[in-house]
Amino acid sequence: METYYDPKDLPKFGEIGKDAPELAKKFFEYYNAVFAEGELTEREKSLIALGVAHAVQCPYCIDAYTQACLEKGSNTEEMTEAVHVAAAIRGGASLIHGLQMRKVSDKLSL
Amino acid sequence: MNQASIETGSALAIAPFATTLAKNKISLTRDKTTTLQINIGFLCNQNCRHCHVEAGPKSDKIMDAQTADAVADFAEAGGFSTADITGGAPEMNPNLSHLIEKLAPSVSKIIVRSNLTAISNGKWDGLMEIFQEHKVTITASLPSLNKSQTDAQRGSGVYEKSLAVLKKLNGEGYGIEGTGLELNFVSNPAGAFLPPSQASLETRFRSDLKRKFGIKFNNLYTFANAPLGRFETWLKDSGAYGKYMDRLVREFNPCSVGGLMCRYLVSISWEGYLYDCDFNLACDLPLAGRKIHVSEMTGPPAPGSPIVVGDHCYTCCAGAGFT
Repeated sequence: METYYDPKDLPKFGEIGKDAPELAKKFFEYYNAVFAEGELTEREKSLIALGVAHAVQCPYCIDAYTQACLEKGSNTEEMTEAVHVAAAIRGGASLIHGLQMRKVSDKLSL
Repeated sequence: MNQASIETGSALAIAPFATTLAKNKISLTRDKTTTLQINIGFLCNQNCRHCHVEAGPKSDKIMDAQTADAVADFAEAGGFSTADITGGAPEMNPNLSHLIEKLAPSVSKIIVRSNLTAISNGKWDGLMEIFQEHKVTITASLPSLNKSQTDAQRGSGVYEKSLAVLKKLNGEGYGIEGTGLELNFVSNPAGAFLPPSQASLETRFRSDLKRKFGIKFNNLYTFANAPLGRFETWLKDSGAYGKYMDRLVREFNPCSVGGLMCRYLVSISWEGYLYDCDFNLACDLPLAGRKIHVSEMTGPPAPGSPIVVGDHCYTCCAGAGFT
């Protein structure tokens, strides 16, 4: 193994069911149901997934949902905005904790 | 993977399409041939990067009047319901009007594939009169609602020009309910990926084009890009060929075969030779494995006759099928 991540592993995701088939079956049924057309379109769900993929920094998910977004008819402008949404939430999540820092600092400071 | 395949990104030994058909116990043969597709040449004002016939402004491969007459005679003898005129940009062939006039009495529907920019290059007045008189359906290429994607595939400035021509076509009654003038779109992906579902993309095109530009149309069709011509070259140069072919093979859907266009149409080249489809024409795989000129034909190919296949046929059988 040259690297921990290998693009060739992505199509083998289903192999995760080898030693726990029932759990994998439940997971993939749920997964497929989540991404099916509902109140949100498949295209909208793929854009959300792309944003989340960047937030959790999963290279497999980024690869898969970049392709999925393009195949659902999205363009790079829309996809870049989705990544900015993820970045804003991640950045905001850090920054909001600054209020905690300020409260602690206030308590400690003259 | 050897060095050459790494450089081109070529697929690791995919199963030949004919083998996949055999493995699925499918015999790909003709049904009743109802559509006569006529490729009137590779001359085009654009150099689209996905073009499977590598059409462009420098091509001298265009159908002459004599061949157009032979095609019209075949249409009359063949009992076809539809004539589908493609290219290149059909508008750039000076024999287009003549061909439409000759085909009109023999078929109930004539389609002209348009790139939306060739018709605006001084061709508008002459062609629009004939299009309207014969209720010619315009099937226009519009890959995306996005400028970057459209221009990346079709050339700089094509998106804006296409929108301007679409507004003008609506003004002539094209795409407007009750006029009988049909305006359809064909959307091919702007890259090495498959198209969205036809229904969802049509809904979005209809809503966005009306809301943003006031543009109306009738139907939208999605097609996957065939790994031929300029698109094949780009796939290999960019290293995406292997992944794209693997994807097409993985998406092979046996249920799509029954509805393939090659079962219902015959395609004629600018020189007058017959092919099972425009993709076979692009890679010179003639009907029945030999060059048959349209002037030799007394009727359409018989139902049950075999269809010539190649690995590009995976394109039309991916997922729900594109045809």
